[in-house]
This record gives sequence, structure tokens and C-alpha cells, in this order.
Amino acid sequence: MNSGKADIIAALQREILSLQGYRAVSDGAAVNVGLEAITRSFPHAVFPTGALHEFLTEAPEHTAATGGFIAGLLATLMQRGGACIWISTSRRFFPPALKMFGVEPDRFIFVDLQREKDVLWAMEESLKCEGLSAVIVDLAGMTFTQSRRVQLVVEQSGVTCFLLRTDPRKLNTIASVAQWKVRPLPSLLEEGMPGVGFPRWNVELLKVRNGQPGAWKVEWSAGQFAMLPEQLVSTAPDQNRKAG
Amino acid sequence: MEKRYVAIWFRYLVTDWMARRRPVLRKTPFVFAAPVHGRMTITAVNRLAEVTGLVPGMPVADAKAIEPGLTVFDDVPGLEEKLLRTLAEWCIRFTPVAAIDAPDGIVLDASGCAHLWGGEQAYLDEILTKLKAAGFDARAAMAGTVGAAWAVSRFGEKNIIADDELMATLLPLPPAALRPDPAVLLKLQKLGFHRIAGFADMPRAVLRRRFGEDLLVRLSQALGQAEEFLRPVYINPPYQERLNCLEPIQTATGIGIAIDRLLETLCKRLEAEGKGLRTAALKCFRVDGKMVEINVAVTRASHHREHLYKLFEQKISAIEPALGIELFVLEAPQVEEVEHEQEKLWASGPGLEDAAVAELLDRLAGKAGEGAVRRFLPGEHYWPERSVTKALSLKDKPASGWRLDRPRPVLLLPHPEEVEVTAPIPDYPPMLFRYRGRLHQIKKADGPERIEREWWIDGGEHRDYYTVEDEQGGRYWLFRSGHYNEDQRRQWFIHGFFA
Repeated sequence: MNSGKADIIAALQREILSLQGYRAVSDGAAVNVGLEAITRSFPHAVFPTGALHEFLTEAPEHTAATGGFIAGLLATLMQRGGACIWISTSRRFFPPALKMFGVEPDRFIFVDLQREKDVLWAMEESLKCEGLSAVIVDLAGMTFTQSRRVQLVVEQSGVTCFLLRTDPRKLNTIASVAQWKVRPLPSLLEEGMPGVGFPRWNVELLKVRNGQPGAWKVEWSAGQFAMLPEQLVSTAPDQNRKAG
Repeated sequence: MEKRYVAIWFRYLVTDWMARRRPVLRKTPFVFAAPVHGRMTITAVNRLAEVTGLVPGMPVADAKAIEPGLTVFDDVPGLEEKLLRTLAEWCIRFTPVAAIDAPDGIVLDASGCAHLWGGEQAYLDEILTKLKAAGFDARAAMAGTVGAAWAVSRFGEKNIIADDELMATLLPLPPAALRPDPAVLLKLQKLGFHRIAGFADMPRAVLRRRFGEDLLVRLSQALGQAEEFLRPVYINPPYQERLNCLEPIQTATGIGIAIDRLLETLCKRLEAEGKGLRTAALKCFRVDGKMVEINVAVTRASHHREHLYKLFEQKISAIEPALGIELFVLEAPQVEEVEHEQEKLWASGPGLEDAAVAELLDRLAGKAGEGAVRRFLPGEHYWPERSVTKALSLKDKPASGWRLDRPRPVLLLPHPEEVEVTAPIPDYPPMLFRYRGRLHQIKKADGPERIEREWWIDGGEHRDYYTVEDEQGGRYWLFRSGHYNEDQRRQWFIHGFFA
């Protein structure tokens, strides 16, 4: 009897998830972004594509780290060919850097607009286009209604949307599937080696719909994400630069 | 109906064209020359040069010996063909059937046309006068067959040959008038045939055995015993649709319907011809005599009606109908071959080749302006600001791979911003820097990577780039402009942020 109830509850949960925009995972549709520990925080332990992800950034350092992290995610999303659109009002993104994260920069289309209103329009138009792998939008403010609209479009077309929220003063709740915060961490080098190491980030999932929030340390090395054990980062000695 | 043909011979086609462009050349001898087996050989001469004894095929060195003040131009390959085509298209005003007769003539089928100009003589005069006014030295002749008209225009004296005097006119002409192969012509001259009359009445079997079938065909064509076909030039009608309105249109809905109707006919025609438009212009003629125009452009040739309608729809609000629009004209000035979509057996991944993506970009560009939508390819420069170039179309592929050997920041400031630094001399990375009021202690550093200025593009100091990491983990791209000097101010800049 108990097992029967559990089955019913599981079935109902699945139904609620699908109503909330989580698609049933078919064989080829699941994307392995190479972040097992983070992926486990999402329902079904599947990275949600065809959804709205928001990233909070404050300073340009954070935007750069977030850009790197998104580029790493795109490397997997764009593996089967595909194009991306990057919409913003003040673009500083430098295309050649994408290559380091395994993405061909010439498959990116940059749309530079003047007004935030146009950004919203362009965002919705782009998200309707199923030929795209992902749409990255650099936008300061967005109301809940606007985000809900975007969420509905995304559920239809299955395009993944990454929203960079660059203005911390305009933060409000929006209908995103996950809220991320990526901050740079000091890189680690072999003892006695000069230079700067691989990019390292502290990746925080502040909110996940139906999932478990958490924080992880991630490094981008050898063309893929590498999860770092917690203590390794915390006890990493602050290596002083050798003058000379 | 009786057939009449006009053959026009341009004796100095290329040189006349040149003199037309540069009238000062009318008074001087000049030639065109092209390299043949490593020496410059004349390909075309003008009348003044011909008078002094220069002929095509002569080496330029010899010609210069004869005429020291000779002007020589480089031969333009394919120019004659192009000129003849333009002239043939121009001749369509005299007859609907005009054909190119390479290398230096045009043949018109003038059957039933001459009476419109008041007789055959007036017709020919009109053609020659017009050509002369345009600067072309032409000879023309009219006859019942293409061959006879050709022969008479080159070798004859009269220029209108009636059918009953065809034979009598042709017989005294040299054999070259029959347009034989050069080899056959040489053989005829060797055997002493200086007039067509010399061999015209020989048994055909003998002629065929000696000179081949070709000469017989040419002879019969000239005499009208064999048919000769022209390949007329064809002018593509412009891609233009018009819609007259009974009542002046004032509403956006009305304009929308008009655009849809025009697009329907235009797209049907484009589709049938396998073409697509790249740009389209809608001209709205208003009741008050003014004209309003809107333009759309697409990234790849399209005859997709719904898509084009969407592009126009974005701009309907820009049309000011005032008292009403009475005539709509839709033009497609730029038309290209469209690539046929092949149905796919299995779905490939989405990408830039996807039609939906191209249509999306058209809509974005239509709304935000042409320059707002960009795609970048690697530029062949080390200088960071120039290391990417704008791709011109969706089909452009990178000519060289994206470089991975040098670290490049994720964010690049459009203009480097000045920072205050404390740096050991002479060439070490800074120990700390202040950017926008915040002090950054540098813990790790890499570099320098010296990037020289491209002096042929702009002048100034070179840059020594350092990748640095502060105590928070923020990674920056700093550079020192020029060599170290005593005055360290205004030397250090921040240019980017690494991931």
C-alpha cells in the first residue's frame, strides 16, 4: 500500500515538473555539461536546457568570470553545431576568448542595441527561433511579467536563455529556473611556478526551482570543467609572486 | 514573310570605346596590347594608328619604331564581348531580335521593321547615325540572308541588297566574305580563288572533298539555300510590381494588404525563376504628389513571402500616408540565385545555415539597423582592437583559425583605461594597481607579451601586456605603453578582464 502511495506521489511530482517547464528527458536530449555535482542539484539530475537561467554580477571581474562559465556551458550545448546570439546594450565581450572555452567564436552573433526595450524585443524574437542553441542577454532590469513571458517562449522553442543581470540595484524575483552567482577565485599553481593558473570560480546556485541550492568550486582546465574538493581550495596557500 | 537582316560591323570597337571615355584620344594614334609568348602584341588599333600601317598581331616594339608617339593600353579580356552585348541590347530599339556576332559585329533580324522608319535606307541611316553620334565607327548592310548581310557589310560597296541581286553582289566578293575557317581560307587563296565567282558554280562534291562541308554550308547560307539561326540577346525585365488603388489608401491595414498582394506576385515570379531577392524597396506614391519609400534587406536571397512580409510589417509605421496612397510599386533591385533547400532525411543540428536563423537576423537588422547585428572572424592582426573583423555574410568562414597560444580576456574595454601602479623597474609586472578607486594587490602575474604597433596603420608606442591576478582572484589584463621611463604617470592602462 505504501509503495503504491509513493508511486502516485512520484508520478504527481513528475507531472508538476513537466507543467513547470521541465521536459521529459529523452535519450539524446540530456546534455552532460560536465558538472555532475551541480547537475545533481537540479530535478531529475538533468541540467535544464530550454529554460531561463539568471546570473548575478556586480563588478566587471564577476561579469568576466560569469562569461567564462557560460562559455564553458555553451561548449557542450553547441557541440552538435549551432549558433548563439548575444544581445546587449554595452557589449565588452571579446570574441577570441571564447575559443579558450571550446566554442568557435564565429558561430556567435552579437546584437548591439541602444535601448533596453529593444533588448527585450530582440530577446523574445531570438528565443522563438529554434535554430539557435542559446541566447545570452545582458540586461540590467527585468520585471516578473517580462520574465514570465520569456519563460513561456522558451518552453515552446526549447532554446536556452542565459540572462546576465549586471545591475545589483535592480534585483527582483523573476521566473527563472535557476539563479547563479559566479565569482572568481585565486588560481592555484604548482609550487614555485611563476605565472597565473587556470581560471577558477566559486559557483553558487542561489535558487533552483524544485532543486537544492549550493556552492561549488570549479576550475576550467584542459578544455573541461573540473570540480574541486572543498578543502583543497580553502587551504590553498596564498602563493606570493616571485619578484623577477 | 520576306526575311531581312542587318549586319553591323564595328571596325574599331575597343578603341572607339576608349576614345568615348577619353575624348582627347580621338586625335592621337593608340593601340591595345596584350602579352603573347612573353612579348607585347597589338590586339586592337584605332583609325589613326591603322593609317600609319599598324595592324593587330604586330609586336608593340615594332609599332613604336613606326610610330614613336604611340600610346599603348593594356588589353582588357572579355571587353569586346561585353561591349557587343551592351550594343545588342541597345539595338533592341530597332528590332526585337538582335544577336551578337563575335568578335566585332551585331546581326539584327529586321524583317518587318524597316517601314516604321520609312524604308530600308532610312532605317540603316538611323542606326548608323545614332552609332556615329555615340562615337562608334560602324558599317552596316541589309540583305535577305545573314551571310549576305555580313559579307556586304565587310566587303561590299552598296549597303542594301535586294533578293534578286543577291547572287550578282556576292560573286565578285573575296572568299573571306563567306566566313570560312582560316585554314580553308588560306587554302582557297593558295589555289588562286580570289573571288567567290571562281568556285561558286563548281560541283559540290568537288568542293566538299577539297575544302570540307563547312564552306558549302557557308555558301548555301549566304545564298539563302540553308537556314541560319540567330541567338538573340534577351533583356531580363526588371523585378518590379505595381498596384494601383481605386481609392487612396490611408490605413496601416490597407498598406499591409497592398504589400502582401505585391509580394505574392513578385515571390511567385522569383520562385519560378529560382531566384531570391536581397533588397527590396516599396515606393508609395501619394495623392499629393509626394513619394514615400521603405527598404528592407535580407542576409540571404529569399522568396519567402511570409518572411518578407514580416520585414515590411516592421516598417509600415514609417509610411506617412497623408491624404492617401494611390500607387504602390515594389522593386527588387538586387536579385540573386537562391540555394535550394534540400529535404533532410535526418535532422542535423541547428546552426548558421538554418533558414530560421537567417530570417531572425533579418528581422533584428530590420528593427535595429544594419550595423547592430554582427558576427566576427579572426583578423590577421596582433593588435587587440584589430584582432577581430566583421563577417560580411553568414556564409563567411574564418580564413585562419582562432588563436589559442596567447591569453585573451573575456571582457575587453573599448578604450584602455588609465590605472595607477607601483611597479619595479624596468620590466617587471606591477605589485599593486588602483583602478576606479579600488586598490588591487597583485599576487600572481604573467608576461610581458609585447605587441608592436602596426606602423603602416597608425603610429605610437608599443604595448607590454601583463596578465595579473589580485588577492581576490580577479584576473586583469594590464599594459604599459612604451618603454619604461622616469615619468611613470600616464603609462599604465587596464584593457580587459579574464574569466
